[in-house]
Amino acid sequence: MNFFPILKKELRSYFTSLIAYIVLAVFLVIAGYYFYTDLALFVLWGGSSVQEGLWQYLFHDIRLILLLTIPLLTMRLFAEEKKLGTIELLLTYPFRDIEILLGKYLACLAVFSLMLGLTILYPILLAIVYQVEVGPLIASYLGMFLLGSAFISCGIMVSSLTENQIVAALITSGTIITFWFIDWNEAAVSPTIATVLHHISFFEHFYNFVRGIIDTKDVIYFMLFTFFFLFLTLRSLESRRWRGLR
Amino acid sequence: MIEVENLTKYYGEIRGIEDVSFSIKKGEITGFLGPNGSGKTTTMRILTCFFPPNSGRARVAGYDVIENPIEGRRRIGYVPETVPLYPDMKVKTYLNFVAEAKRMEKGQRRRKINEIMEQCGISGVSHRLVGNLSKGYRQRVGLAQALINDPEVLILDEPTIGLDPKQVVEIRQFIKNLAGERTIILSTHILSEVSMTCERVIIIHEGKIVAVDTPENLMERLQKTSRTLIQIEGGQQEVKDKLKTIPGVINILEKGESSPGVFSYEVESEKEREISGELSYLVYSNNWKLVEIRAMKMSLENIFIELTKEDKV
Repeated sequence: MNFFPILKKELRSYFTSLIAYIVLAVFLVIAGYYFYTDLALFVLWGGSSVQEGLWQYLFHDIRLILLLTIPLLTMRLFAEEKKLGTIELLLTYPFRDIEILLGKYLACLAVFSLMLGLTILYPILLAIVYQVEVGPLIASYLGMFLLGSAFISCGIMVSSLTENQIVAALITSGTIITFWFIDWNEAAVSPTIATVLHHISFFEHFYNFVRGIIDTKDVIYFMLFTFFFLFLTLRSLESRRWRGLR
Repeated sequence: MIEVENLTKYYGEIRGIEDVSFSIKKGEITGFLGPNGSGKTTTMRILTCFFPPNSGRARVAGYDVIENPIEGRRRIGYVPETVPLYPDMKVKTYLNFVAEAKRMEKGQRRRKINEIMEQCGISGVSHRLVGNLSKGYRQRVGLAQALINDPEVLILDEPTIGLDPKQVVEIRQFIKNLAGERTIILSTHILSEVSMTCERVIIIHEGKIVAVDTPENLMERLQKTSRTLIQIEGGQQEVKDKLKTIPGVINILEKGESSPGVFSYEVESEKEREISGELSYLVYSNNWKLVEIRAMKMSLENIFIELTKEDKV
């Protein structure tokens, strides 16, 4: 697997084009604000347990920022190369399609991990004044990571279909939101369909993680989601073989 | 070095190329000539293993483009027509990425990058962003990325398009200097470029090859008669009648009045027969005022039009 040059190039591009800094800054400002208000809520209202409730609130809030920020990270990955025409050169270098895809996916995952990693500051700050249990936090972070990875794979796939970055970002957001809310309308569909929708929706699977439960079923769900969209991206890259034009 | 057999590529219903076959020897510079949309880029994209053909075989540097694209790609340097580069990368950083992408050994990368920048004349801009470079420099960076791993085959799609005349001359000379060690294919729709740089021409039209030969042979082959242009003052009909009496003359074409009282004629004659002596004697003995007389050579432009007009070859 010779994906390292691509990974390096994409990471450099994220940080020289400032996109990574801007996304990081916006993410951290909003996430910090959420942490502050969620904590204030528990402190001021009292009664409920910080240990059980705070992280659920916080991570549910943070995933909303991911809906906004991850499409901005993924939109350029293929769309920009198509727009610039650089994809033509890239695909004539001795890479296999999967190496190009992996390089890009891992670069985006790395930026996302940095985003997520910086939020560890919140529990550390809290631990100074309050006892923090590590177990549920690990589950929550694993859930966030898997969720982000699923978002990224979806974003890459959409980006490989268009050369317009704005279109890529919007359709990614749209797809993610659809998978999020797909089981909300239980009243409108039959019970059987409702169950199916329940199982393919992000919400159910993510909820377990933030409650501190790591269920293999949920882990597999997110991994499958990621693989499925990466697989679709590969197919989309290969489409040049029969469509011909880029 | 490059062998192409019965290559066919369709984009859905649209024909890219059909039944294209040719072979190119090591060290040759071959010009790929054809109007826009004739299939030049399609052929090049197949050779660079960008996409496979629908049918047919192509081997580059001994590797089949379908069975072993990765090995083929390692031996090819390619500069697409638009010279697509990453605008937010510095020249040196970009070349370093290409060197990594082409799997060059770590130890020789730095030396090779400096060498190639020197060779392409871009050492002075090595720390500038690619996006801020002029078209001429971009073209050189494009060539540098293609040449960085000393590929056996160099494929250049319209290498001089969009350059100013001075840069065109420079790039052509540069390409010529590369020949010998490398096999080069360059595509163009500028005919004079082919006769200046290439040893062999492949003319492609509507996805099919219409001729493969040296530029000189092509001119020779299509020139079935020789033509002489002559300009004489006055006496249109008389001149025409008398010109016809020269042995070997097939046809006289009137080219109209070039300046007041001066008429031009194109004299078509048998190829092997030299008629200029007879012509000048005729002019002298009739006391005509001669303005111009010269042999007309068929240009590549004419050949091209001739070839692409219908199936003549």
